[in-house]
Amino acid sequence: MTTTATAPAGLSPSPDSAGPPAIRIENLHKRFGRQPVLQGVDLDIGAGELMVVIGRSGGGKSVLLRHLLGLVRPDTGRVLIGEDDITILRGRALDHVRERFGVVFQGGALFDSLTVFQNVLFPLKEKSRLTMAEIVARAKEALDQVGLADMGHKFPAEISGGMRKRVAIARALVTEPQVVFLDEPTTGLDPILVNSIHHLIVELHRKFNFTAVMVSHEIPEVFRIADRIAFLHEGRIREVGTATAIQGSTDQYVRQFIHGEVDIRAR
Amino acid sequence: MAPASGLSSRGAVAVNALLAHLVDPVQRLGQATLEWLAAMGRFGSFLGQALFWLVVPPFKLRQTYHRISFIGVRSLSIILLTGAFTGMVLGLQGVLMLRRVGSEAFVGPAVAVSLVRELGPVLAALMVTGRAGSALAAEIGVMRITEQIDALTVMALNPMRYLVVPTVVAGIIALPILNWVFDVIGIYGGYLVAVKLFGLSGGTYFGQIQAFLSTTDIWVGFWKSLAFGVVVTWVACYKGFYVGHGAEGVGRATTEAVVLASVLIFILDYFMGSVLP
Repeated sequence: MTTTATAPAGLSPSPDSAGPPAIRIENLHKRFGRQPVLQGVDLDIGAGELMVVIGRSGGGKSVLLRHLLGLVRPDTGRVLIGEDDITILRGRALDHVRERFGVVFQGGALFDSLTVFQNVLFPLKEKSRLTMAEIVARAKEALDQVGLADMGHKFPAEISGGMRKRVAIARALVTEPQVVFLDEPTTGLDPILVNSIHHLIVELHRKFNFTAVMVSHEIPEVFRIADRIAFLHEGRIREVGTATAIQGSTDQYVRQFIHGEVDIRAR
Repeated sequence: MAPASGLSSRGAVAVNALLAHLVDPVQRLGQATLEWLAAMGRFGSFLGQALFWLVVPPFKLRQTYHRISFIGVRSLSIILLTGAFTGMVLGLQGVLMLRRVGSEAFVGPAVAVSLVRELGPVLAALMVTGRAGSALAAEIGVMRITEQIDALTVMALNPMRYLVVPTVVAGIIALPILNWVFDVIGIYGGYLVAVKLFGLSGGTYFGQIQAFLSTTDIWVGFWKSLAFGVVVTWVACYKGFYVGHGAEGVGRATTEAVVLASVLIFILDYFMGSVLP
């Protein structure tokens, strides 16, 4: 996988010169009422790349992710998943693109009424053409991969926050997706669990070689796992690059964010 | 020249401020009207989508079964209780009123017809709204704010088909059955008061019901309960689906679901009562 140096503000370098990006975001704008949230986001994410989007809370990271999932329509701009512009697709065409996705939501979004095992089984049971025996075997394997093989009988309310995140990861990966989206998968966890989940993500990413887009503000932990990092600031990608490039950035906003400096204007 | 231009610019500012002051309420009224119309459109389109997916296979039978159990079976005890006491109240008031004109023989038909045509469908639907409608709105609302509905969507699974259609079907099946239970238990409640308490003949009570209660009355009750089954589940699902933020949003959605469904039940009851024979 090719990683690149820091790009000028608002531009993203091509992640993989060998082929087109797996995801291309072009000039994405979105406002809610009078509040502009995204103001021209441009970003390319290469096939098999683990891209982490960082930025301040309320800066539009989750809104950007929801655009990539086709859950929110932009005011202007495009999001290409491969060749498909997800911002204009509807109905079955949109579902067809989403069948390539695995998503880990911020709170896990596990179905309360199903057990852990049924949660992991659910997408396969509803969408795949595998036999029930194959589905059960795949679900067991997925739970085993996240270290929760013996927790299948429990309901989401009966397990810890860290376990719920692991189950969500297992559910996202059980369909063997080409693209995995992770929305702050470690928020609210203690530092040991944060590292454990990050380790799990890297391990599974290496194993299955999916394209991953992760929204996070776990600084500096994300520097250890990301192929590239995009810094979203005031609705635009201000800087994109490898962990080393971002850490060595001279941009005042990037430095301010990664060092946790208090905004002088906010004081 | 300078003082004159200063004065004219101040005048222009004052005119603009006055115009803004006059236009602002009109603008806000227009905005509110547009938002209301959009919400009405969304509300109607939500039902349209539910009815469309209701006839498109594959059908989610397991979810439908669970919803029937939730809306129907678990509402049974409250329907039995309220049905019995409604019939008893009707029997009591019927005997006291009709005795004045020497017509207590007609207590049976008075209880039965008012229950079967009006009170059975309306009160059963109100009970289901209070018990199951509020819980459904809260359940779907929580699923929305915890992103479970988004999770279904991004799995390329239609939440309308998984959550709304089974609920509406359950309402269509459960409400008429609960209505009949309410009617039957209410008629027996009236019997207890009129016959066992006031000593009216059992034969007269049921004989007059047989003479006066027509099949048309039963059909009217059936169509009403069917329509109320759709209304209760439609409103509950809609309010849950478009819930606001956080726990407060869920609380508000629950209240709004109960209030809106109850009001719609009364409005629909009047119009159906006017149109049906």
